[in-house]
Amino acid sequence: MAQATRLRFIPTLAASLVVLVATLPNAALASGEQVRIAIDVPYEPFVYRTPSGQLEGFEIDLGNELCKRAQLDCSWVEQGWDGIIPGLLSRKYDAILSSMAITAERKQQVLFSDPYYNTPSVWIALRGTQVDLDDKASLKGKTVGVQRGTIRDVYITEYYGDVMQVRRYGSSQEVANDLKAGRLDFAFEDYPIAHDAFDFQSSDAPFEQFGPDISTPTSIFGEGAAIAFRPRDEALAEKFNQALEEVNADGTFKALMERYFDYDLSVNAED
Amino acid sequence: MEQLNQAIIDLLSGNEIFTANTLDIYWEGLVNTVHLVFVSLLIGILLAVPLAILRGSRFAIIKWPIWCYTYVFRATPLLIQLYLAYYGFAFVPGVRDTWIWFFVEEPIYPALFAFTLNTAAYTTEIFHGAIKSTPRGEVEAARAYGMSRALTIRRIVLPSAFRRALPAYGNEVIFMLHASAIASVVTIMDLTGAAYYVYARFYAPFTAFIFVALLYMVLSFGIQAIFRGLERWLLAHLRPAG
Repeated sequence: MAQATRLRFIPTLAASLVVLVATLPNAALASGEQVRIAIDVPYEPFVYRTPSGQLEGFEIDLGNELCKRAQLDCSWVEQGWDGIIPGLLSRKYDAILSSMAITAERKQQVLFSDPYYNTPSVWIALRGTQVDLDDKASLKGKTVGVQRGTIRDVYITEYYGDVMQVRRYGSSQEVANDLKAGRLDFAFEDYPIAHDAFDFQSSDAPFEQFGPDISTPTSIFGEGAAIAFRPRDEALAEKFNQALEEVNADGTFKALMERYFDYDLSVNAED
Repeated sequence: MEQLNQAIIDLLSGNEIFTANTLDIYWEGLVNTVHLVFVSLLIGILLAVPLAILRGSRFAIIKWPIWCYTYVFRATPLLIQLYLAYYGFAFVPGVRDTWIWFFVEEPIYPALFAFTLNTAAYTTEIFHGAIKSTPRGEVEAARAYGMSRALTIRRIVLPSAFRRALPAYGNEVIFMLHASAIASVVTIMDLTGAAYYVYARFYAPFTAFIFVALLYMVLSFGIQAIFRGLERWLLAHLRPAG
């Protein structure tokens, strides 16, 4: 009896093995060179999921365009920000196209392409907040939320870590949520992200940009966002650089940008 | 000894990660973890003892709500409970104008809330099991001596049940320490949060996480030592004679 019970599982086991094998990535199928690109989802409007589960956004479109021009067979891998560089180094994917700013610390680990966009960081607070960012005494006891491990985390920790209470979140969405819930006095976010999450330019939005755009010191904020590769993959980086140059030259980049943004975030923008 | 000191100094001088600054973050993490786990265990056990007694009540109206509570909290992941406590309450309309907001605003209180209710649920079941397995003869003997029901529980049932529950409860304490590692998702700078911070700052997963694993191990060994001492003392009658 026990024997019979055990045997009954064998068809199930076989079926699940078939399913498993069928879903494994099939290397023999593709013609071009295979490149897996990691991206931290969501980071609206750079990348987000549609209700039907599709990945969409500026960086998805840009990445697909670059791959097409470089004749690469690209696939997207979702990866949380926390582990995105170690994942690249341990070969879980071959590139990171996820709004990663070029910084000296990251340069020690990865190889960067040319930057493809550059945006400042901004403080967001409730409309009518009365403090002075230069007067540290007025910030005492205030809370500020940042995404953990970003350039903005480094900046806040270095310049305001001694007076403000810094809360670090796994994603930028959680920062926005907690500012809206009233748990934070400030959020320190990337300009496009804040623009989408808080709509701070319209005058009836409850939150507003606080203080000027922040993009210095360059030692922290870097020279813009770029695609990251493993240091030895110089040939691959070169292909992407060439494709970037093409899309910049023939206006494709601008067209893509205008589909998602009503402001200029290209590297040479005057702001 | 001097050689050893020099070796440690040499070892530490070449690293950029374990500066006074990051060690300070780890220290903050250690304090927060111990604080969080200790307080939730303390409140948890205070809740669990009466609940465990009532859980064995003859009256359905007392017994079943407690059963429901322990069932729900043991059947759902602690992470989900933490998310609900942290994000759920904050978005209840109007909560910001009540006194409850004071407790919801800081991440520590929702975390304590979730951790306490979770450990109380497990502890209730551990104690309930121990109470249920009290030998009938002991209870009958107590009744024969003329003890009231309350006195029987206080003098006979609880002391022996505590002793039987002790090893299982020691496990629960260590599980709770390990489960507290999720506190960092609601921005509490606990040990794991500190490790995440160092990891994200220096992109050094091995260094950051091995160091924090060692800290957790030290804490676990400490807890184990305490419980072994307690067992030696309270379960002395079970040790082989001689």
